[in-house]
Amino acid sequence: MRDKILAILEKNARIDPKDLASLIGEQEADVRREIEAMEEEGIICGYHTMVNWDKTDNEKADAFIEVKVTPQRGVGFDQIAERIWQYPEVTSIFLISGNFDFAVFIQGKSMREVAMFVSEKLSTIDGVLSTSTQFILKRYKDHGTVIEAPKKDERIAIS
Amino acid sequence: MRDPLNSFIESIPPSGIRKFFDIVSEMKDAISLGVGEPDFDTPWHVREEGIYSLEKGKTFYTSNAGLKELRTEISAFMKRHYGLSYNPNDEVLVTVGGSEAIDLCFRAMLEKGDEVIIPEPCFVSYKPCAILAGATPVTIPLKEENHFKLTPEELLEHITDRTKLLFLSYPNNPTGAVMEKEDLEKIAKIVIEKDLFVLSDEIYSELSYTGKPHVSIASLPGMWERTVVVNGFSKAFAMTGWRLGYACGPERILHQMLKIHQFAIMCAPTTAQYAAVEAMRNGDDDIAEMREAYNQRRRYLLDTFQEMGVPCFPAQGAFYLFPCIKKFGMSSEEFATKLLEQQKVAVVPGSAFGDSGEGFLRISYAYSLKDLKKAMERIRLFTDSLTAEKN
Repeated sequence: MRDKILAILEKNARIDPKDLASLIGEQEADVRREIEAMEEEGIICGYHTMVNWDKTDNEKADAFIEVKVTPQRGVGFDQIAERIWQYPEVTSIFLISGNFDFAVFIQGKSMREVAMFVSEKLSTIDGVLSTSTQFILKRYKDHGTVIEAPKKDERIAIS
Repeated sequence: MRDPLNSFIESIPPSGIRKFFDIVSEMKDAISLGVGEPDFDTPWHVREEGIYSLEKGKTFYTSNAGLKELRTEISAFMKRHYGLSYNPNDEVLVTVGGSEAIDLCFRAMLEKGDEVIIPEPCFVSYKPCAILAGATPVTIPLKEENHFKLTPEELLEHITDRTKLLFLSYPNNPTGAVMEKEDLEKIAKIVIEKDLFVLSDEIYSELSYTGKPHVSIASLPGMWERTVVVNGFSKAFAMTGWRLGYACGPERILHQMLKIHQFAIMCAPTTAQYAAVEAMRNGDDDIAEMREAYNQRRRYLLDTFQEMGVPCFPAQGAFYLFPCIKKFGMSSEEFATKLLEQQKVAVVPGSAFGDSGEGFLRISYAYSLKDLKKAMERIRLFTDSLTAEKN
C-alpha cells in the first residue's frame, strides 16, 4: 500500500485522502494512518507547491552551481555540505560523481543577488576550492511536470 | 437524375453514438465522459520511432500483410501475453485498426443466409458490418445480473442451423465486462459441438483489472483453429490515431482476408507500422503503467457511484463503467440529454449499443482524476435534483 500511496502523492500532494483511498482500493482510515506513519519515519519529507514565478510579478533568479571541495578527514563531504545547506538561498544540494563534487541550486531575487551570494558566502567556505555558476534561463520541465500551459483535450467528444 | 445510391446501404441506420455526438459538439464548455480512446499520449519512444522512420525516408508501401518485422513482433507478443502461437508468415495480418480486421473477417467468412451471433450491448460497428457482409446478425441481449457475460444458455437459445459465427468482444465496450477462463470454456464447448467459428475482438485485452492475465478464447483446447483474434494498438498503447490493428488466425481464413485487404486497402500505414514495432518490443511497461492509472480511476468512479446511490456493476475491463439509471424512470437517451442540458456533462446512452443497453449509461474513465471529479460532481447534482423532484 505504501508504494501506491507514494506514487500518487509524489504527483499530487494535495489529493484528498478519501480519493486516494478510493483510487487504490483501501480504507480511508488506513491510508491516513500510513501517510502519518511515513511522515513520522521521514519517508515523506515534505510537500511543496511548484510555482511558475515567471507568471507572477515576483521575479526570481535561479542558478545551478558546480562546487569543488576538499573533503575533510573523518567527515568527508558531509560537513561541508551541511555548511552549504544552512543558507536559505540554497534550494537543493547534491553530492555527485564526476568532474565536481556538489551540485548546488540557488534561488535569489536577482542574478546579482545570486552572484553576490556565491562570491561572498559560498566560495569563502573552508574547503571550497572552486565554484562555477550557471544561471537557469528557462524551466521546461521540473519534478516531472512540464511547465508550459497544459495541453487541451483534442479528442472528439464522443467516440 | 437517377438515384446514385445503393438502397441497401441507405437502409442501414447511422451510428447511435453519432447522433449524440452531434448534440454535444454544438454545446460549448460541456465536459465529456464520452470518449472511446485513451487520454494518454502515445509513449514518446514509440512516437520517436515513427518520426525516425520518416526521417529515414521509410515512406513506401509495406507488403500487403504488413512489415515482416512487425508481424514477427505481433507473433511474439501474442505468445508472451496470451500463450497463442501464430506463424508471422501467414497467420498474422496487419490492418487499419481493429475495425478493418473485423470487416475483413466478416466479409471473408460470411455469406447471404449465414447468421452471426452478436451479444449486445456492444460497440456500434459490428452489426452494420455483418449486414454489409450480407449476413444476418442475431443479437443476444446480455443481462446485468450476469455481469454482461455471455452465458451458455443464452448462446444455445440463439443458435440455429444457419449460425456460422459467434462474435465476442471482451473486455467489452460499453459495459466493461470481462469473460474469464471458466466463462469462456463453457462457450467454447458449445462452439465446438455446434461446429461454429469465433471472431474475438480483444482490442481491450491489456486493460483487464481482474488481477489475472487476459484469456483469449483461441487459447482453449480445440479453439485455435476456429477463432480469428482481432487486436490492435489503439487502446493498449494509446495509438488510436495511428490506425493500426491486426488479425491472427488460421491461414485458410487469413489468406482470404488478405485478399480483400490487398484490393481495398493495399497495406496499413507504413509510419504507424514502424512505430508499432517499437511498441511491441519495448511497450510492456507503458501498458502496465496506463493499466494501473485506469484501474485507479475505475475504483474511484465505482465508489462515487455507490455514494450517489446509482447502481453500477463492478466492471473489470476496458475503460468504461455502465451504471444503471432505471430507477430514475426515464430512458437512457432522455437521461443523457437532460444531463447534458442541465449540467453540461456528456455521456453516451446505453441504448446506442443495442436495445439491452437501455436503462444504462456508458461512462468513460479515460480522463484525468481532476476531470472525473468535476464531472461526477455535476452528475451528483443532476441525480440529486431528480430524486428531489420525485419526492
